[in-house]
Amino acid sequence: MSDSTPIFEVRGLRVAIEGKEILRGVDLTIERGKVHALMGRNGSGKSTLAYVALGHPSYEVLEGQILYNGTDVTELNTDERARLGMFLAFQYPMAIPGVTVSKFMHSALKARAENGDVQLREFRDKLNAAMDLLGVDKSFTGRYVNDGFSGGEKKRLEILQMFMLDPTFCILDETDSGLDIDALKTVAEGVNATRSEERSHLVITHYQRLLNYIAPDVVHVMMDGQIARTGGPELALQLEENGYEWLEDELLQAAGA
Amino acid sequence: MSSRPDDLNINDEYKYGFHDPEVSVFKAEKGINEDVVRAISAKKEEPEWMLEFRLKALKTFQSKPMPTWGNTELLNSIDFDEIYYYLKPTEEQGKSWDDVPEYIKDTFEKLGIPEAERKFLAGVSAQYESEVVYHSLQEEIEKQGVIFLDMDSGLREHEELVRKYFATVIPAEDNKFSALNSAVWSGGSFVYIPPGVEVTIPLQAYFRINAENMGQFERTLIIADEGSRVHYIEGCTAPTYVSDSLHSAVVELIAMPGAQLRYTTIQNWSKNVYNLVTKRANAHENAVVEWVDGNLGSKLTMKFPCVNLLGEGAHGEILSVAFANEGQHQDAGAKIYHAAPRTTSRITSKSISKAGGRSSYRGIVKVLPDAVGSKVAVECDALLMDENSRSDTYPTMEIAEEQVQVEHEARVSKVGDEQLFYLMSRGLTEEEALVMVVNGFIEPFVKELPMEYAVELNRLIQLEMEGSVG
Repeated sequence: MSDSTPIFEVRGLRVAIEGKEILRGVDLTIERGKVHALMGRNGSGKSTLAYVALGHPSYEVLEGQILYNGTDVTELNTDERARLGMFLAFQYPMAIPGVTVSKFMHSALKARAENGDVQLREFRDKLNAAMDLLGVDKSFTGRYVNDGFSGGEKKRLEILQMFMLDPTFCILDETDSGLDIDALKTVAEGVNATRSEERSHLVITHYQRLLNYIAPDVVHVMMDGQIARTGGPELALQLEENGYEWLEDELLQAAGA
Repeated sequence: MSSRPDDLNINDEYKYGFHDPEVSVFKAEKGINEDVVRAISAKKEEPEWMLEFRLKALKTFQSKPMPTWGNTELLNSIDFDEIYYYLKPTEEQGKSWDDVPEYIKDTFEKLGIPEAERKFLAGVSAQYESEVVYHSLQEEIEKQGVIFLDMDSGLREHEELVRKYFATVIPAEDNKFSALNSAVWSGGSFVYIPPGVEVTIPLQAYFRINAENMGQFERTLIIADEGSRVHYIEGCTAPTYVSDSLHSAVVELIAMPGAQLRYTTIQNWSKNVYNLVTKRANAHENAVVEWVDGNLGSKLTMKFPCVNLLGEGAHGEILSVAFANEGQHQDAGAKIYHAAPRTTSRITSKSISKAGGRSSYRGIVKVLPDAVGSKVAVECDALLMDENSRSDTYPTMEIAEEQVQVEHEARVSKVGDEQLFYLMSRGLTEEEALVMVVNGFIEPFVKELPMEYAVELNRLIQLEMEGSVG
């Protein structure tokens, strides 16, 4: 792929769950090395887009395409997309009782290793380094995945995984919701530390405050299952100051005109 | 291998499904009657009282009806006339490794036993075709006065000890299958730990069924004398056969005051075996008895390890896992009787049902009058892998004493789409994700196992999960 191929692209995407259409024609392009923010109210379809990007089986793609690095992944299984380099940091990470963080991470790394194996020592070193960088407590590794974790711990684990799995396209689905300022900073550090020319992020958020720590290149606003507006960082500030109403009014006027 | 059942869907290859050609010196007729029982006893040159015991048990077996509870359909399909009740593979029991026949060594090799032995085996009592062929005890354990023999040798060499305790925990007339076992028992282990002796290395016995249509009726009796400590492990991977076969063991444990006795089993019977086992322990004052019981395979398993808490301060623990795959019914559970003050118990039961398999938890907890200050905790967890599979819970609690503390928790969960999506979004295939969820589910059980067994169990689970994604 040439460098000009977008990392992630969605074309005319219409998606339904249980017969109800949630995404009603989404177009979105994310270039290599960029951080995009996706904002919008609850129920506007932000999380649906995140789930569909990774192929959640409950969502039905009615129309349109999802491309990763120029490849159409619309029909691929979730694990295949993940192994290609896509990653989703969950809003509500699932608990896997009885499976330690260490075992889980090792398995995830092995799943994407070319020869199917990752030496334990190499793995431990990498994990320790990542935990140091993110200021994650070492006792994490022996605990069961998200089992009895606080909200902040769950989000830290998501970021730790993003670090370890080395994806090229990361979606963070409201990873900032319900976080105190320290946890919020961990999330932001995670994104900032993984920012590179080769990697892109789509940061889904409800609030502008996360964007104080992560400077986005592009900001999108989603409304009613469509990208209603795309702009620069100033768009986020505008929303923070004035709420979503002015944008709705503008759109209504445009529609009426 | 000649043939294998159609329901076996493990990459077309069931690693432990090999079996050797039958090489038997003595083979009883099919079916059971007084002549067969006399022949078994005579062959073993048993004392008269044991013959009498067997004959009386035979009458009990013949007069007792089949249980009218549980999976009666499968139970009633057992044809007792089509089963061999005794089989002896070699003329004499192997005294040293050199004496063990090559083909048996070969089987052990496939099971990885020599290596396991090198690592930490204290003694191997491997039951092969109904009778123990190889048996070793490490010197230091012998010096401590520990007896670890097959049951037949135990009876010959320690007749008084056997006579004193044999069938005192589980009388022949306890149930139809304990009666059957009492009539035709062969092999199993006899273990005696003298007072105050701590056996630091687990005592292990491996055994296999290896003759078509042959029943296994091993009989195990373990006595941990006052203040002693022992961990006994029975592991089992059975070969596969086309016709039905019956395994009906009786295991009796006696923990004298202050003794600690743990009995660990992992069973993986081939999918045509009826596994109908009676396991019971008596725990005296301040004794601790733990059953750690893993059940995979078989067509029907009925097994409810029991602890009678007979002395003040005794503790009983039953930790079990059952995996019911296609065409299987795991009817497993636990029984605890609190018959003395300040006795405590904990039951943890985990079951997994897959591809239409059925698992049942059947438990009885009884607290008798005067068992003041006793504590009971029961936890049953069932995991369903799909819509076709089934899990039932039949808990019974009879509490006749007011001053007791009872906790009961039961949960049924399904492997959720969200859990799988989460794991798959990290790059695991659906099958890897399923295996991970299941292994996590049974982790509280696995962490109680010695390393080799933990590894083997995880591998067996992986085999069971193969082909589970359409």
